[in-house]
Amino acid sequence: MTPHLLLRGGTLLRPRPQTTQDADLLIRDGTIAAIGDVPDVDDDLPVYDASGMLISPGWMDMHVHLREPGYEHKETVATGSRAALAGGFTDVACMPNTDPPLHTRDVVEFVRERAEDTPVGVHPIACVSKERAGNEIAEMADLRDGGAVAFSDDGAPVPTAELMRRALEYSSMLDRPIINHMEEETLNPSGQMHEGAVSARLGLDGIPAASEDVMIARDIELAALTGGALHVAHISTARGVELVRRAKARGLPVTAEVCTHHLTLTDAAVERTGFDTNTKMHPPLRSAADVDALKEGLADGTIDAICTDHAPHASYEKQVEFAHAPFGILGLETAWGLIGRELIEPGVLSVAEAVRKLTVAPRRILRLDAPQLAEGAPARLTVFDASTEWTFMEDDLRSKSENTPFTDAEMVGRPWAVYSDGQFVECGAA
Amino acid sequence: MAAPTSSAPLDRPGALHHRHLLDLSTYEADEIRYLLDTAQEFREVLDRPIRQVPTLQGTSVASLFFEPSTRTKLSFTLAAGRLSAETVSLSKSSSSVTKGETLKDTARNVEAMQVDVVVLRHPSPGAPHFLARCTDSVVLNAGDGAHAHPTQALLDVLTMRTHIDSFEDLSVSVIGDITHSRVARSNVQALTTLGATVTLCGPETMLPVEMEAAMDVRTTTRLDAALDGCDIAMALRIQMERQDAGLFPSTREYHRQFGITADHLRRHPDLLIMHPGPVNRGIELTDAVVDHERSIILSQVTNGVALRMAALYLLAPRREDA
Repeated sequence: MTPHLLLRGGTLLRPRPQTTQDADLLIRDGTIAAIGDVPDVDDDLPVYDASGMLISPGWMDMHVHLREPGYEHKETVATGSRAALAGGFTDVACMPNTDPPLHTRDVVEFVRERAEDTPVGVHPIACVSKERAGNEIAEMADLRDGGAVAFSDDGAPVPTAELMRRALEYSSMLDRPIINHMEEETLNPSGQMHEGAVSARLGLDGIPAASEDVMIARDIELAALTGGALHVAHISTARGVELVRRAKARGLPVTAEVCTHHLTLTDAAVERTGFDTNTKMHPPLRSAADVDALKEGLADGTIDAICTDHAPHASYEKQVEFAHAPFGILGLETAWGLIGRELIEPGVLSVAEAVRKLTVAPRRILRLDAPQLAEGAPARLTVFDASTEWTFMEDDLRSKSENTPFTDAEMVGRPWAVYSDGQFVECGAA
Repeated sequence: MAAPTSSAPLDRPGALHHRHLLDLSTYEADEIRYLLDTAQEFREVLDRPIRQVPTLQGTSVASLFFEPSTRTKLSFTLAAGRLSAETVSLSKSSSSVTKGETLKDTARNVEAMQVDVVVLRHPSPGAPHFLARCTDSVVLNAGDGAHAHPTQALLDVLTMRTHIDSFEDLSVSVIGDITHSRVARSNVQALTTLGATVTLCGPETMLPVEMEAAMDVRTTTRLDAALDGCDIAMALRIQMERQDAGLFPSTREYHRQFGITADHLRRHPDLLIMHPGPVNRGIELTDAVVDHERSIILSQVTNGVALRMAALYLLAPRREDA
């Protein structure tokens, strides 16, 4: 534990309302005790030199897979939390496609108990449907009371319009969003990658963009019908962005998130890497035009949040033929360096806008209070910069798994440290 | 070590810039021509009374077939034998694959037995590329799902070459289920690299989206348009399970829309017919077309052994210094 700490010489970045302030930040007993010029303090106080660094409210990744219970060989709450800390995240929301799935209150509480030892705030997202089977809605009120922040059958869509309608109606009474995995699965029964010129050349079964667009369109109309809050998980298509943009213009309660890898890679990566299974995920890496549209959607506010869909799989599961490999890649450790490279350096987003999409935006969607950089507030913050150029190495991973396509990738901007729940952790130290 | 003949190309070992034969996407025209020239010379070996040369003595070739295949497997085995290589083979039913061993482990075990070349047939696109990453053996792709079948395409091109003057003036149409055809994709790569013009023809449900952006081809859903000005028509086998998947309504309708008949041969008096086999007689081609003098299907089969000898000869590591 590090109850007391002085962060010396940093720049505070408050995302909303947006302000910056060069200031020392003193933490006493896990609470922000002073902001401003803090004079020399007693010798026992740990001091972190934050000069040249930014300090923002703690980041949140609203879409990760911690794999516990059931798939502890891929990741656990403990190892996933270490990955989060390495990436600069103080909070994560974890998806319920575990075994058993997070479809009853006891399983949700189990996950929260497993997170008690880590400074990372672990916020379970519970199932929409019992057994995550897509038939009947789960006990959402009890799940909420057990700590669930939202509902999703992620990994699979809510299959029928009827179930989605009832889920949106029921959850609206609980003030929690339904997060849908947007794929009309009958359009890609055996799809392995984005359907386009690259899949045509490689002979891999395609997942058409329309598979996602059809589902987003369906759910937007159901949000209009019910008034329930709809959150579009890992949006990946240009048309999907346009649908969400119009839904927002209609004033519908629709939000969206985008994954860092969908902003970084295209379907060309499957070919370039010679069918590397770390280019295989749901939704698939899309075309360059889709990537451009996602960036536009971020810039104009259509897309609210940036997430990673951190999806660990063991090496023996991924080191197989492309068609046999499970979908998904890691994301927590590489998120900020990719955001810097793809969004901030090229001017798609300012640093403050990017930080907003990692702090205020996900918490607003999940009805959580964002941490404040204010005297008297609990200290929950991330220390980082947006300019360090570095190369991501396998040694930088803290997940239990290694399934990332970003080994040896160039990064711009680096998370340096996290303070949360009375603990100070330098990124990559743990 | 005796080269099959003393002609020029074989005096230039290392003229292939590739270690493996995974697909033809990065093979250049001079490499393809070198493979064809070498195969042509091996064809002459095959016409001799003693059809074996000692070239690959001491080299071991393992065939891993994870999908049924008669002709390709036989063709590779014959080719390796005629070069005096040792051969072992493993097919899905007899291998430990059914016991749940991964492709990676199967390959590493084969490699531990000091196998120099692995010939892989696998239903999953990219399996040979994956294999090449996890072993030190040379990998020859004998067909990976719908992705590539480079030796089949090369033998097709070899067959074409004996009937034409130049690839630059050649127009080839490939007709059938393009989406699921590794033969079509590899033929397109070989032919377009050599300068030929390729048209892909089939029902819209069997033409991949964005195919014209993906490869240097023209696509059409009209057989007449595909045969107009075409020198060689290659019909592809229709898999019956595609009907169950809803990609075409019936073999009857397929034949009426895309089947090549004697009438087509009458209307196109110089048209040659190819088919990678096995032919569904009466569906892709009528009996009269299969057995027609302008059908060059059987010479495709003979060229298969020669071409695979060439691929092994040019890619297998040599043991002569050992």
